[in-house]
Amino acid sequence: MTAITASAPPAAPRLALGRTGTAIALLLPIALINAIGFILPVLNLLRMSFNEALAGGGVRETVTFENWTGLFGDSFYVELILNSITVSLSITLATLVVSYPIALYLHRSTGRWRTFLTVLVISPLLTSAVVRTYGWIALLADQGPIVSGIAALGFAPPRLMFNTTGVIIGLTEILMPYMILSLLAGFGRLDPRVEEAAMSLGAPPIKTFWRVILPLTVPGIALGCLLCFVLAVSSFITPKLLGGGRVFLLATEIYDQAIVTLNWPLAATLSMLVLIIFGAALAVYARILRAID
Amino acid sequence: MEADNTSVPMKILVALLFIFLLAPVILVVPLSFSGEQILSFPPESWSLRWYAALADNPKMISAFWTSLLLGAIVTAISLAVAIPAAYVIVRMRTLGSSFLYNLFTAPLLLPTIVLGLAILIVFASIGFLGTFPGLIIGHLVITLPYALRVLATTLGNLNLACEEAASTLGARPITVFRRVTLPMMAPGIVAATALCFLVSFDEVVITLFLTGPRLTTLPVELFHHVESRADPLVASVSVLLILLTLAVVMIVDRSVGLSKTFVK
Repeated sequence: MTAITASAPPAAPRLALGRTGTAIALLLPIALINAIGFILPVLNLLRMSFNEALAGGGVRETVTFENWTGLFGDSFYVELILNSITVSLSITLATLVVSYPIALYLHRSTGRWRTFLTVLVISPLLTSAVVRTYGWIALLADQGPIVSGIAALGFAPPRLMFNTTGVIIGLTEILMPYMILSLLAGFGRLDPRVEEAAMSLGAPPIKTFWRVILPLTVPGIALGCLLCFVLAVSSFITPKLLGGGRVFLLATEIYDQAIVTLNWPLAATLSMLVLIIFGAALAVYARILRAID
Repeated sequence: MEADNTSVPMKILVALLFIFLLAPVILVVPLSFSGEQILSFPPESWSLRWYAALADNPKMISAFWTSLLLGAIVTAISLAVAIPAAYVIVRMRTLGSSFLYNLFTAPLLLPTIVLGLAILIVFASIGFLGTFPGLIIGHLVITLPYALRVLATTLGNLNLACEEAASTLGARPITVFRRVTLPMMAPGIVAATALCFLVSFDEVVITLFLTGPRLTTLPVELFHHVESRADPLVASVSVLLILLTLAVVMIVDRSVGLSKTFVK
Protein backbone atom coordinates (compact mmCIF):
# COMPACT_ATOMS: atom_id res chain seq x y z
CA MET A 1 0.00 0.00 0.00
CA THR A 2 2.87 2.36 0.83
CA ALA A 3 4.23 1.85 -2.66
CA ILE A 4 0.96 3.03 -4.15
CA THR A 5 0.86 6.07 -1.90
CA ALA A 6 4.48 6.94 -2.67
CA SER A 7 4.04 6.68 -6.43
CA ALA A 8 0.87 8.79 -6.42
CA PRO A 9 1.13 12.25 -7.99
CA PRO A 10 2.90 14.58 -5.55
CA ALA A 11 0.23 17.24 -6.03
CA ALA A 12 -2.27 15.34 -3.92
CA PRO A 13 -0.39 13.00 -1.59
CA ARG A 14 -2.89 13.30 1.26
CA LEU A 15 -5.78 12.55 -1.01
CA ALA A 16 -4.06 9.42 -2.28
CA LEU A 17 -3.38 8.28 1.27
CA GLY A 18 -6.97 8.99 2.22
CA ARG A 19 -8.26 7.16 -0.81
CA THR A 20 -6.10 4.11 -0.16
CA GLY A 21 -7.15 4.07 3.48
CA THR A 22 -10.82 4.32 2.53
CA ALA A 23 -10.46 1.60 -0.08
CA ILE A 24 -8.85 -0.77 2.40
CA ALA A 25 -11.51 -0.02 5.01
CA LEU A 26 -14.31 -0.66 2.50
CA LEU A 27 -12.75 -3.91 1.31
CA LEU A 28 -11.94 -5.22 4.78
CA PRO A 29 -15.30 -6.93 5.51
CA ILE A 30 -15.43 -8.88 2.24
CA ALA A 31 -11.74 -9.79 2.57
CA LEU A 32 -12.31 -11.05 6.11
CA ILE A 33 -15.27 -13.25 5.15
CA ASN A 34 -13.36 -14.49 2.10
CA ALA A 35 -10.39 -15.38 4.32
CA ILE A 36 -12.37 -17.12 7.07
CA GLY A 37 -14.90 -18.86 4.84
CA PHE A 38 -12.86 -19.62 1.73
CA ILE A 39 -9.06 -19.19 1.69
CA LEU A 40 -8.37 -20.63 5.13
CA PRO A 41 -10.75 -23.62 4.79
CA VAL A 42 -9.46 -24.54 1.32
CA LEU A 43 -5.78 -24.37 2.34
CA ASN A 44 -6.64 -26.33 5.45
CA LEU A 45 -8.41 -28.93 3.30
CA LEU A 46 -5.31 -29.34 1.14
CA ARG A 47 -3.23 -29.74 4.31
CA MET A 48 -5.74 -32.23 5.71
CA SER A 49 -5.27 -34.54 2.73
CA PHE A 50 -1.70 -35.16 3.96
CA ASN A 51 -2.72 -35.93 7.55
CA GLU A 52 -3.17 -39.37 9.00
CA ALA A 53 -6.63 -40.60 9.92
CA LEU A 54 -6.88 -42.38 13.25
CA ALA A 55 -9.55 -44.89 14.15
CA GLY A 56 -12.75 -43.32 15.54
CA GLY A 57 -12.51 -40.07 13.65
CA GLY A 58 -9.23 -38.73 15.03
CA VAL A 59 -6.67 -36.92 12.91
CA ARG A 60 -2.91 -36.92 13.45
CA GLU A 61 -0.97 -33.94 12.11
CA THR A 62 1.75 -35.29 9.88
CA VAL A 63 2.85 -35.32 6.27
CA THR A 64 1.97 -38.59 4.63
CA PHE A 65 1.02 -39.54 1.10
CA GLU A 66 -0.84 -42.58 2.34
CA ASN A 67 -4.30 -41.13 1.62
CA TRP A 68 -3.27 -40.56 -1.95
CA THR A 69 -1.45 -43.85 -2.54
CA GLY A 70 -4.14 -45.75 -0.63
CA LEU A 71 -6.77 -44.30 -2.95
CA PHE A 72 -5.13 -45.68 -6.07
CA GLY A 73 -4.20 -48.97 -4.42
CA ASP A 74 -7.76 -49.75 -3.36
CA SER A 75 -9.86 -51.25 -6.12
CA PHE A 76 -13.04 -49.85 -4.52
CA TYR A 77 -11.77 -46.30 -4.94
CA VAL A 78 -10.28 -46.84 -8.38
CA GLU A 79 -13.67 -48.13 -9.48
CA LEU A 80 -15.45 -45.27 -7.70
CA ILE A 81 -13.32 -42.70 -9.49
CA LEU A 82 -13.70 -44.34 -12.90
CA ASN A 83 -17.42 -44.79 -12.27
CA SER A 84 -17.81 -41.11 -11.35
CA ILE A 85 -16.07 -40.04 -14.54
CA THR A 86 -18.05 -42.40 -16.80
CA VAL A 87 -21.39 -41.54 -15.20
CA SER A 88 -20.60 -37.81 -15.47
CA LEU A 89 -19.60 -38.20 -19.13
CA SER A 90 -22.83 -40.11 -19.85
CA ILE A 91 -24.85 -37.39 -18.13
CA THR A 92 -23.01 -34.70 -20.10
CA LEU A 93 -23.68 -36.45 -23.39
CA ALA A 94 -27.34 -37.10 -22.54
CA THR A 95 -27.79 -33.47 -21.46
CA LEU A 96 -26.26 -32.26 -24.71
CA VAL A 97 -28.56 -34.46 -26.81
CA VAL A 98 -31.76 -33.36 -25.05
CA SER A 99 -30.74 -29.70 -24.76
CA TYR A 100 -29.50 -29.08 -28.30
CA PRO A 101 -32.90 -29.08 -30.03
CA ILE A 102 -34.34 -26.71 -27.41
CA ALA A 103 -31.37 -24.36 -27.72
CA LEU A 104 -31.56 -24.41 -31.52
CA TYR A 105 -35.29 -23.71 -31.43
CA LEU A 106 -34.78 -20.88 -28.90
CA HIS A 107 -32.02 -19.40 -31.03
CA ARG A 108 -34.37 -19.25 -34.00
CA SER A 109 -37.40 -17.86 -32.19
CA THR A 110 -37.89 -14.17 -31.53
CA GLY A 111 -39.85 -11.66 -29.49
CA ARG A 112 -42.22 -12.54 -26.68
CA TRP A 113 -42.28 -16.25 -27.55
CA ARG A 114 -38.52 -16.39 -27.09
CA THR A 115 -38.73 -14.55 -23.76
CA PHE A 116 -41.44 -16.90 -22.56
CA LEU A 117 -39.44 -20.00 -23.52
CA THR A 118 -36.29 -18.56 -21.91
CA VAL A 119 -38.21 -18.08 -18.67
CA LEU A 120 -39.39 -21.72 -18.93
CA VAL A 121 -35.76 -22.82 -19.33
CA ILE A 122 -34.55 -20.76 -16.37
CA SER A 123 -37.44 -21.52 -14.02
CA PRO A 124 -36.21 -25.00 -12.97
CA LEU A 125 -32.95 -23.33 -11.88
CA LEU A 126 -34.92 -21.40 -9.31
CA THR A 127 -36.37 -24.60 -7.88
CA SER A 128 -34.38 -26.48 -5.27
CA ALA A 129 -32.49 -29.57 -6.45
CA VAL A 130 -34.15 -31.43 -3.57
CA VAL A 131 -37.59 -30.61 -4.96
CA ARG A 132 -36.70 -31.60 -8.52
CA THR A 133 -35.08 -34.84 -7.35
CA TYR A 134 -38.19 -35.55 -5.29
CA GLY A 135 -40.28 -35.09 -8.45
CA TRP A 136 -38.09 -37.65 -10.20
CA ILE A 137 -38.48 -40.09 -7.32
CA ALA A 138 -42.26 -39.92 -7.82
CA LEU A 139 -41.87 -40.35 -11.59
CA LEU A 140 -39.31 -43.15 -11.57
CA ALA A 141 -40.65 -45.21 -8.63
CA ASP A 142 -41.38 -48.89 -9.19
CA GLN A 143 -45.15 -48.20 -9.11
CA GLY A 144 -44.66 -44.84 -10.84
CA PRO A 145 -46.16 -43.71 -14.15
CA ILE A 146 -43.08 -44.40 -16.29
CA VAL A 147 -42.44 -47.94 -15.08
CA SER A 148 -46.17 -48.78 -15.23
CA GLY A 149 -46.35 -47.28 -18.70
CA ILE A 150 -43.49 -49.43 -19.93
CA ALA A 151 -45.03 -52.49 -18.28
CA ALA A 152 -48.43 -51.72 -19.89
CA LEU A 153 -46.73 -51.80 -23.30
CA GLY A 154 -45.76 -55.39 -22.56
CA PHE A 155 -42.09 -54.92 -21.73
CA ALA A 156 -40.41 -56.12 -18.57
CA PRO A 157 -40.70 -53.29 -16.02
CA PRO A 158 -37.23 -51.78 -15.65
CA ARG A 159 -35.76 -50.52 -12.39
CA LEU A 160 -35.25 -46.81 -12.82
CA MET A 161 -34.60 -45.78 -9.23
CA PHE A 162 -31.92 -46.44 -6.64
CA ASN A 163 -29.48 -47.26 -9.43
CA THR A 164 -27.20 -45.47 -11.89
CA THR A 165 -29.97 -45.17 -14.51
CA GLY A 166 -32.08 -43.09 -12.13
CA VAL A 167 -29.15 -40.86 -11.24
CA ILE A 168 -28.38 -40.29 -14.94
CA ILE A 169 -32.02 -39.45 -15.79
CA GLY A 170 -32.43 -37.09 -12.84
CA LEU A 171 -29.14 -35.26 -13.27
CA THR A 172 -29.63 -34.93 -17.03
CA GLU A 173 -32.84 -33.01 -16.42
CA ILE A 174 -31.35 -30.99 -13.56
CA LEU A 175 -28.37 -29.87 -15.67
CA MET A 176 -30.40 -29.09 -18.83
CA PRO A 177 -30.88 -25.35 -18.09
CA TYR A 178 -27.11 -24.88 -17.74
CA MET A 179 -26.50 -26.68 -21.03
CA ILE A 180 -29.23 -24.77 -22.88
CA LEU A 181 -27.97 -21.39 -21.68
CA SER A 182 -24.34 -22.29 -22.54
CA LEU A 183 -25.35 -23.50 -26.00
CA LEU A 184 -27.31 -20.30 -26.61
CA ALA A 185 -24.34 -18.21 -25.52
CA GLY A 186 -22.18 -20.05 -28.08
CA PHE A 187 -24.72 -19.93 -30.92
CA GLY A 188 -23.79 -16.37 -31.81
CA ARG A 189 -21.95 -17.44 -34.96
CA LEU A 190 -24.96 -19.36 -36.27
CA ASP A 191 -26.64 -17.12 -38.81
CA PRO A 192 -29.91 -18.46 -40.28
CA ARG A 193 -28.77 -17.21 -43.71
CA VAL A 194 -25.90 -19.71 -43.67
CA GLU A 195 -28.37 -22.54 -43.23
CA GLU A 196 -30.59 -21.12 -45.96
CA ALA A 197 -27.58 -20.90 -48.26
CA ALA A 198 -26.70 -24.55 -47.64
CA MET A 199 -30.29 -25.64 -48.19
CA SER A 200 -30.80 -23.56 -51.32
CA LEU A 201 -27.61 -25.03 -52.76
CA GLY A 202 -29.32 -28.41 -52.46
CA ALA A 203 -28.03 -29.83 -49.19
CA PRO A 204 -30.57 -32.09 -47.47
CA PRO A 205 -31.51 -31.06 -43.89
CA ILE A 206 -29.43 -33.84 -42.29
CA LYS A 207 -26.37 -32.83 -44.28
CA THR A 208 -26.94 -29.14 -43.50
CA PHE A 209 -27.02 -30.05 -39.83
CA TRP A 210 -23.84 -32.15 -39.84
CA ARG A 211 -21.78 -30.00 -42.18
CA VAL A 212 -22.98 -26.48 -41.39
CA ILE A 213 -24.93 -26.10 -38.15
CA LEU A 214 -23.00 -28.48 -35.92
CA PRO A 215 -19.47 -27.20 -36.74
CA LEU A 216 -20.58 -23.61 -36.17
CA THR A 217 -21.97 -24.44 -32.74
CA VAL A 218 -18.92 -26.31 -31.40
CA PRO A 219 -17.89 -23.44 -29.06
CA GLY A 220 -21.27 -23.53 -27.34
CA ILE A 221 -21.19 -27.32 -27.17
CA ALA A 222 -17.73 -27.27 -25.59
CA LEU A 223 -18.76 -24.69 -23.01
CA GLY A 224 -21.98 -26.50 -22.10
CA CYS A 225 -20.22 -29.86 -21.85
CA LEU A 226 -17.47 -28.44 -19.62
CA LEU A 227 -20.03 -26.88 -17.30
CA CYS A 228 -22.27 -29.95 -17.13
CA PHE A 229 -19.40 -32.37 -16.64
CA VAL A 230 -17.99 -30.30 -13.79
CA LEU A 231 -21.42 -29.97 -12.17
CA ALA A 232 -22.14 -33.69 -12.64
CA VAL A 233 -18.85 -34.79 -11.04
CA SER A 234 -19.50 -32.65 -7.99
CA SER A 235 -23.27 -33.04 -7.67
CA PHE A 236 -24.37 -34.58 -4.43
CA ILE A 237 -28.10 -34.18 -3.72
CA THR A 238 -29.44 -36.06 -6.74
CA PRO A 239 -27.02 -39.04 -6.61
CA LYS A 240 -27.59 -39.35 -2.88
CA LEU A 241 -31.40 -39.33 -3.08
CA LEU A 242 -31.98 -41.05 -6.44
CA GLY A 243 -29.11 -43.47 -5.86
CA GLY A 244 -30.60 -44.47 -2.52
CA GLY A 245 -27.16 -45.25 -1.08
CA ARG A 246 -26.52 -47.81 -3.78
CA VAL A 247 -24.72 -45.60 -6.28
CA PHE A 248 -21.18 -44.73 -5.23
CA LEU A 249 -19.79 -41.55 -6.71
CA LEU A 250 -17.07 -39.13 -5.63
CA ALA A 251 -19.39 -36.52 -4.13
CA THR A 252 -21.50 -39.00 -2.15
CA GLU A 253 -18.31 -40.68 -0.89
CA ILE A 254 -16.88 -37.32 0.26
CA TYR A 255 -20.04 -36.74 2.29
CA ASP A 256 -20.09 -40.25 3.75
CA GLN A 257 -16.42 -40.10 4.72
CA ALA A 258 -16.86 -36.64 6.27
CA ILE A 259 -20.14 -37.20 8.13
CA VAL A 260 -20.61 -40.95 8.62
CA THR A 261 -17.13 -42.50 8.77
CA LEU A 262 -15.50 -39.29 10.07
CA ASN A 263 -12.36 -39.88 8.02
CA TRP A 264 -11.56 -36.27 7.22
CA PRO A 265 -8.13 -36.87 5.63
CA LEU A 266 -9.71 -39.28 3.13
CA ALA A 267 -12.64 -36.91 2.48
CA ALA A 268 -10.13 -34.09 1.92
CA THR A 269 -8.12 -36.23 -0.49
CA LEU A 270 -11.24 -37.12 -2.48
CA SER A 271 -12.14 -33.40 -2.59
CA MET A 272 -8.72 -32.54 -3.97
CA LEU A 273 -9.22 -35.28 -6.54
CA VAL A 274 -12.48 -33.63 -7.63
CA LEU A 275 -10.55 -30.38 -8.11
CA ILE A 276 -7.88 -32.22 -10.12
CA ILE A 277 -10.61 -33.66 -12.36
CA PHE A 278 -11.97 -30.11 -12.75
CA GLY A 279 -8.51 -28.96 -13.84
CA ALA A 280 -8.26 -31.78 -16.36
CA ALA A 281 -11.69 -30.95 -17.79
CA LEU A 282 -10.67 -27.32 -18.10
CA ALA A 283 -7.47 -28.31 -19.92
CA VAL A 284 -9.43 -30.44 -22.39
CA TYR A 285 -11.82 -27.51 -22.94
CA ALA A 286 -8.94 -25.08 -23.58
CA ARG A 287 -7.49 -27.55 -26.06
CA ILE A 288 -10.76 -27.88 -27.94
CA LEU A 289 -11.11 -24.10 -28.15
CA ARG A 290 -7.57 -23.79 -29.52
CA ALA A 291 -8.27 -26.51 -32.06
CA ILE A 292 -11.30 -24.58 -33.35
CA ASP A 293 -9.35 -21.35 -33.81
CA MET B 1 -42.81 -14.70 -32.75
CA GLU B 2 -42.49 -18.37 -33.41
CA ALA B 3 -39.69 -19.69 -35.55
CA ASP B 4 -41.34 -20.31 -38.90
CA ASN B 5 -38.75 -22.41 -40.65
CA THR B 6 -38.99 -25.18 -38.05
CA SER B 7 -40.47 -28.42 -39.30
CA VAL B 8 -43.34 -30.12 -37.49
CA PRO B 9 -41.32 -33.13 -36.23
CA MET B 10 -38.77 -30.72 -34.79
CA LYS B 11 -41.55 -28.78 -33.03
CA ILE B 12 -42.92 -32.01 -31.53
CA LEU B 13 -39.43 -33.00 -30.39
CA VAL B 14 -38.86 -29.62 -28.74
CA ALA B 15 -42.26 -29.82 -27.02
CA LEU B 16 -41.45 -33.30 -25.65
CA LEU B 17 -38.06 -32.11 -24.39
CA PHE B 18 -39.71 -29.17 -22.65
CA ILE B 19 -42.08 -31.61 -20.96
CA PHE B 20 -39.06 -33.64 -19.80
CA LEU B 21 -37.42 -30.47 -18.47
CA LEU B 22 -40.46 -29.24 -16.58
CA ALA B 23 -42.04 -32.56 -15.53
CA PRO B 24 -40.56 -32.93 -12.03
CA VAL B 25 -41.36 -29.35 -11.05
CA ILE B 26 -44.91 -29.42 -12.42
CA LEU B 27 -45.53 -32.86 -10.93
CA VAL B 28 -45.25 -31.69 -7.32
CA VAL B 29 -48.42 -29.60 -7.71
CA PRO B 30 -50.85 -32.53 -8.20
CA LEU B 31 -48.75 -34.64 -5.81
CA SER B 32 -49.28 -32.14 -3.00
CA PHE B 33 -53.07 -32.69 -3.23
CA SER B 34 -52.66 -36.45 -2.91
CA GLY B 35 -54.91 -38.28 -0.46
CA GLU B 36 -52.55 -41.25 -0.28
CA GLN B 37 -50.38 -42.29 2.64
CA ILE B 38 -47.34 -42.88 0.48
CA LEU B 39 -45.77 -41.16 -2.51
CA SER B 40 -47.51 -42.39 -5.67
CA PHE B 41 -48.35 -40.81 -8.96
CA PRO B 42 -51.02 -40.39 -10.12
CA PRO B 43 -52.70 -40.40 -6.68
CA GLU B 44 -55.90 -42.46 -6.41
CA SER B 45 -57.59 -39.93 -4.16
CA TRP B 46 -57.28 -36.22 -3.60
CA SER B 47 -57.21 -34.21 -0.38
CA LEU B 48 -55.57 -31.37 1.48
CA ARG B 49 -54.26 -33.71 4.18
CA TRP B 50 -50.60 -33.05 3.36
CA TYR B 51 -51.06 -29.33 3.77
CA ALA B 52 -52.70 -30.07 7.12
CA ALA B 53 -49.81 -32.42 7.95
CA LEU B 54 -47.41 -29.62 7.12
CA ALA B 55 -49.19 -27.24 9.47
CA ASP B 56 -48.84 -29.89 12.19
CA ASN B 57 -45.14 -30.46 11.59
CA PRO B 58 -43.21 -28.23 14.01
CA LYS B 59 -39.82 -29.32 12.62
CA MET B 60 -40.64 -28.17 9.09
CA ILE B 61 -42.16 -24.93 10.36
CA SER B 62 -39.23 -24.07 12.57
CA ALA B 63 -36.83 -24.97 9.73
CA PHE B 64 -38.79 -22.61 7.47
CA TRP B 65 -38.45 -19.72 9.93
CA THR B 66 -34.76 -20.46 10.34
CA SER B 67 -34.31 -20.34 6.56
CA LEU B 68 -36.31 -17.13 6.26
CA LEU B 69 -34.40 -15.38 9.04
CA LEU B 70 -31.07 -16.70 7.77
CA GLY B 71 -31.88 -15.59 4.23
CA ALA B 72 -32.85 -12.10 5.41
CA ILE B 73 -29.73 -11.63 7.54
CA VAL B 74 -27.41 -13.08 4.91
CA THR B 75 -28.96 -10.83 2.24
CA ALA B 76 -28.64 -7.72 4.39
CA ILE B 77 -24.99 -8.42 5.24
CA SER B 78 -24.21 -9.37 1.62
CA LEU B 79 -25.47 -6.00 0.40
CA ALA B 80 -23.79 -4.03 3.18
CA VAL B 81 -20.48 -5.73 2.42
CA ALA B 82 -20.69 -6.06 -1.37
CA ILE B 83 -21.87 -2.53 -2.25
CA PRO B 84 -18.75 -0.81 -0.83
CA ALA B 85 -16.55 -3.58 -2.22
CA ALA B 86 -18.05 -3.24 -5.69
CA TYR B 87 -17.62 0.54 -5.50
CA VAL B 88 -13.93 0.26 -4.62
CA ILE B 89 -13.24 -2.42 -7.22
CA VAL B 90 -15.05 -0.69 -10.09
CA ARG B 91 -14.55 3.01 -9.29
CA MET B 92 -11.38 3.43 -7.27
CA ARG B 93 -9.26 1.06 -9.38
CA THR B 94 -6.15 1.32 -7.23
CA LEU B 95 -5.45 -1.99 -5.57
CA GLY B 96 -5.26 -4.48 -8.41
CA SER B 97 -9.02 -4.47 -8.92
CA SER B 98 -9.29 -7.43 -11.25
CA PHE B 99 -7.23 -9.62 -8.94
CA LEU B 100 -9.49 -8.74 -6.00
CA TYR B 101 -12.62 -9.26 -8.10
CA ASN B 102 -11.44 -12.72 -9.11
CA LEU B 103 -10.43 -13.57 -5.55
CA PHE B 104 -13.77 -12.51 -4.09
CA THR B 105 -15.82 -14.35 -6.73
CA ALA B 106 -13.59 -17.46 -6.62
CA PRO B 107 -15.80 -19.40 -4.13
CA LEU B 108 -18.29 -19.90 -6.98
CA LEU B 109 -15.70 -21.92 -8.89
CA LEU B 110 -15.47 -24.53 -6.16
CA PRO B 111 -18.06 -27.29 -5.96
CA THR B 112 -20.25 -26.85 -2.89
CA ILE B 113 -19.45 -30.38 -1.68
CA VAL B 114 -15.75 -29.42 -1.46
CA LEU B 115 -16.44 -25.98 -0.01
CA GLY B 116 -18.87 -27.46 2.52
CA LEU B 117 -16.30 -30.00 3.71
CA ALA B 118 -13.57 -27.35 3.86
CA ILE B 119 -15.74 -25.05 5.98
CA LEU B 120 -16.89 -27.97 8.17
CA ILE B 121 -13.32 -28.85 9.15
CA VAL B 122 -12.37 -25.27 10.05
CA PHE B 123 -15.65 -24.50 11.79
CA ALA B 124 -15.44 -27.70 13.83
CA SER B 125 -12.20 -26.48 15.39
CA ILE B 126 -13.63 -23.08 16.34
CA GLY B 127 -16.99 -24.38 17.59
CA PHE B 128 -19.07 -22.84 14.81
CA LEU B 129 -20.87 -26.04 13.79
CA GLY B 130 -24.62 -26.09 14.33
CA THR B 131 -24.64 -22.40 15.24
CA PHE B 132 -26.42 -19.51 13.61
CA PRO B 133 -23.25 -17.40 13.10
CA GLY B 134 -21.64 -20.43 11.45
CA LEU B 135 -24.56 -20.72 9.03
CA ILE B 136 -24.43 -16.99 8.29
CA ILE B 137 -20.73 -17.08 7.38
CA GLY B 138 -21.15 -20.30 5.40
CA HIS B 139 -23.92 -18.72 3.33
CA LEU B 140 -22.08 -15.41 2.91
CA VAL B 141 -19.22 -17.30 1.26
CA ILE B 142 -21.50 -18.08 -1.69
CA THR B 143 -23.92 -15.12 -1.67
CA LEU B 144 -21.17 -12.46 -1.64
CA PRO B 145 -19.70 -13.52 -5.01
CA TYR B 146 -23.14 -13.29 -6.63
CA ALA B 147 -23.84 -9.92 -5.02
CA LEU B 148 -20.43 -8.58 -6.02
CA ARG B 149 -20.81 -9.80 -9.59
CA VAL B 150 -24.26 -8.25 -10.08
CA LEU B 151 -23.35 -4.96 -8.34
CA ALA B 152 -19.98 -4.58 -10.12
CA THR B 153 -21.70 -5.15 -13.47
CA THR B 154 -24.34 -2.55 -12.60
CA LEU B 155 -21.73 -0.01 -11.51
CA GLY B 156 -19.60 -0.66 -14.58
CA ASN B 157 -22.56 0.06 -16.86
CA LEU B 158 -23.49 3.34 -15.15
CA ASN B 159 -22.73 6.56 -16.91
CA LEU B 160 -20.06 8.46 -15.01
CA ALA B 161 -21.35 11.85 -16.20
CA CYS B 162 -23.92 12.30 -13.38
CA GLU B 163 -21.41 11.50 -10.66
CA GLU B 164 -18.83 13.81 -12.25
CA ALA B 165 -21.39 16.60 -12.51
CA ALA B 166 -22.31 16.27 -8.84
CA SER B 167 -18.64 16.22 -7.94
CA THR B 168 -17.89 19.29 -10.05
CA LEU B 169 -20.77 21.14 -8.42
CA GLY B 170 -19.01 20.65 -5.09
CA ALA B 171 -20.63 17.56 -3.57
CA ARG B 172 -18.33 15.56 -1.32
CA PRO B 173 -17.52 11.97 -2.45
CA ILE B 174 -19.77 10.43 0.22
CA THR B 175 -22.64 12.72 -0.83
CA VAL B 176 -22.11 11.84 -4.49
CA PHE B 177 -22.24 8.17 -3.59
CA ARG B 178 -25.32 8.49 -1.39
CA ARG B 179 -27.33 10.90 -3.52
CA VAL B 180 -26.27 9.94 -7.07
CA THR B 181 -24.49 6.58 -7.37
CA LEU B 182 -26.65 4.58 -4.97
CA PRO B 183 -30.02 5.60 -6.48
CA MET B 184 -28.68 4.85 -9.95
CA MET B 185 -27.61 1.39 -8.76
CA ALA B 186 -31.15 0.59 -7.55
CA PRO B 187 -32.00 -2.05 -10.23
CA GLY B 188 -28.75 -3.88 -9.53
CA ILE B 189 -29.39 -3.74 -5.81
CA VAL B 190 -32.88 -5.22 -6.24
CA ALA B 191 -31.44 -7.99 -8.40
CA ALA B 192 -28.64 -8.68 -5.93
CA THR B 193 -31.14 -8.78 -3.05
CA ALA B 194 -33.33 -11.32 -4.79
CA LEU B 195 -30.38 -13.42 -5.91
CA CYS B 196 -28.73 -13.48 -2.46
CA PHE B 197 -31.99 -14.38 -0.78
CA LEU B 198 -32.80 -17.18 -3.23
CA VAL B 199 -29.26 -18.58 -3.09
CA SER B 200 -29.29 -18.58 0.71
CA PHE B 201 -32.84 -19.88 1.00
CA ASP B 202 -32.13 -22.73 -1.47
CA GLU B 203 -28.64 -23.69 -0.28
CA VAL B 204 -28.43 -27.37 0.71
CA VAL B 205 -24.98 -28.89 0.37
CA ILE B 206 -22.85 -26.46 2.41
CA THR B 207 -25.66 -26.10 4.94
CA LEU B 208 -25.88 -29.89 5.29
CA PHE B 209 -22.32 -29.85 6.64
CA LEU B 210 -22.96 -26.96 9.03
CA THR B 211 -26.38 -27.68 10.55
CA GLY B 212 -26.82 -29.65 13.73
CA PRO B 213 -29.67 -31.64 15.26
CA ARG B 214 -31.14 -28.54 16.90
CA LEU B 215 -30.59 -26.02 14.11
CA THR B 216 -31.59 -26.86 10.57
CA THR B 217 -32.82 -25.05 7.47
CA LEU B 218 -35.80 -25.94 5.31
CA PRO B 219 -33.88 -27.42 2.34
CA VAL B 220 -31.80 -29.56 4.70
CA GLU B 221 -34.92 -30.71 6.54
CA LEU B 222 -36.50 -31.56 3.16
CA PHE B 223 -33.38 -33.46 2.15
CA HIS B 224 -33.44 -35.56 5.32
CA HIS B 225 -37.16 -36.15 4.89
CA VAL B 226 -36.81 -37.36 1.29
CA GLU B 227 -33.86 -39.49 2.33
CA SER B 228 -35.81 -41.31 5.02
CA ARG B 229 -39.45 -41.36 3.85
CA ALA B 230 -41.41 -41.30 0.62
CA ASP B 231 -44.63 -39.44 1.37
CA PRO B 232 -46.34 -36.44 -0.27
CA LEU B 233 -45.41 -34.02 2.55
CA VAL B 234 -42.41 -32.69 0.62
CA ALA B 235 -44.73 -31.93 -2.31
CA SER B 236 -46.87 -29.56 -0.25
CA VAL B 237 -43.73 -27.80 1.04
CA SER B 238 -42.41 -27.63 -2.52
CA VAL B 239 -45.56 -25.98 -3.82
CA LEU B 240 -45.29 -23.29 -1.15
CA LEU B 241 -41.59 -22.85 -1.97
CA ILE B 242 -42.33 -22.51 -5.68
CA LEU B 243 -44.97 -19.87 -4.89
CA LEU B 244 -42.47 -17.98 -2.71
CA THR B 245 -39.84 -18.11 -5.47
CA LEU B 246 -42.41 -16.92 -8.01
CA ALA B 247 -43.25 -13.97 -5.76
CA VAL B 248 -39.59 -12.99 -5.44
CA VAL B 249 -39.06 -13.38 -9.18
CA MET B 250 -42.13 -11.29 -10.00
CA ILE B 251 -40.93 -8.51 -7.72
CA VAL B 252 -37.59 -8.55 -9.54
CA ASP B 253 -39.28 -8.70 -12.92
CA ARG B 254 -41.48 -5.69 -12.10
CA SER B 255 -38.51 -3.63 -10.98
CA VAL B 256 -35.66 -4.61 -13.32
CA GLY B 257 -36.64 -7.33 -15.75
CA LEU B 258 -35.94 -11.01 -15.28
CA SER B 259 -33.69 -11.60 -18.25
CA LYS B 260 -31.30 -8.85 -17.16
CA THR B 261 -30.90 -10.48 -13.78
CA PHE B 262 -30.45 -14.14 -14.46
CA VAL B 263 -29.14 -14.36 -18.01
CA LYS B 264 -25.62 -13.08 -17.93
